[in-house]
Amino acid sequence: MPSPKEIHDRLKSQFPGFILDFVEERIDPYTQVKPEALARVAAFIKNDSELAFNYLVSISSLDEQGTLNAVYHLQSVDLQTGRTRHGVILKVCVPVENPVIPSVAHIWPTADWQERECYDLMGIRFSGHPDLKRILTEEGWVGHPLRKDYVFPTEYRGIDLT
Amino acid sequence: MAILENRFDENILTTTVDRVINYCRGSSLWPVTFGLACCAIEMMCSGQARYDIARFGAEVFRASPRQADLMIVAGTVTLKMATRVKTLYEQMPEPKYVIALGSCANNGGPYYQHGYHVLKGVDRIIPVDVYVPGCPPRPEALFDAIVKLQKKLLETRLLRRKTDEGSSQPTITGAPAA
Repeated sequence: MPSPKEIHDRLKSQFPGFILDFVEERIDPYTQVKPEALARVAAFIKNDSELAFNYLVSISSLDEQGTLNAVYHLQSVDLQTGRTRHGVILKVCVPVENPVIPSVAHIWPTADWQERECYDLMGIRFSGHPDLKRILTEEGWVGHPLRKDYVFPTEYRGIDLT
Repeated sequence: MAILENRFDENILTTTVDRVINYCRGSSLWPVTFGLACCAIEMMCSGQARYDIARFGAEVFRASPRQADLMIVAGTVTLKMATRVKTLYEQMPEPKYVIALGSCANNGGPYYQHGYHVLKGVDRIIPVDVYVPGCPPRPEALFDAIVKLQKKLLETRLLRRKTDEGSSQPTITGAPAA
């Protein structure tokens, strides 16, 4: 089973210039990927016979005030035995002014709703997503609630919220 | 009434129309089948054999608001749901009563300060008869609310309902009708 560091080195040789640092001093070390290469990297690590990341565990997002981040937790699952093999974490960083990340919904279908959630609550736009609309808040909601600079609504359809 | 009492055989009972109708209404409160969050689990539990809400005549959970006269708002009222709750309430026929079950339905509960998506109390959209605190309240608390509602019902005067605009106005629990 390849370790996260080995996977990072493998990706770095495969996509020179698009794989940034490997951040190790965390509980879960992660690989930073440039946003423009994410869809290609995702297709590669899913279809590569050794890596075979067939399971996207979650897409989470965070607001670091100035940049927005999407974090992809990936796992390789042995479909014969159902056991998990190896995992990797990819992190993509985009500026808050133009937060666009290529969608991976065509690679892992489970990304569809997760990207919608990231869009709804954090405002990251996923280019190439089949149906990028709000999933939790109502249509026509103003703003993205999990952003640090989110302004709470004071009124909703005539209901006072103060 | 005192003139008539004890002047007939044992199987004759004298009472008022108000009392008979209020007793019947209070003993057959039909709630809407409708739960919003974890408080609904307690509400479901109240209907099961261990607690048995049928002891209070409120076991007939109706799937349609048009057949119900009690709305138990069990759980967090999100803004997305708030408009639906209001529609459901408006679809219920008069007389109708509302129990706000749990802290979220009372005033937003743990979401009061940082819940951008939660209504700060269901009484902002519909009138509430009984508030039940707790997070979530135990079935006994719900039964207490039903008993309180029944007591409130016994004090309604049917013939005056047109002038005092009916029971749907929020009043303090257990207070005698004006």
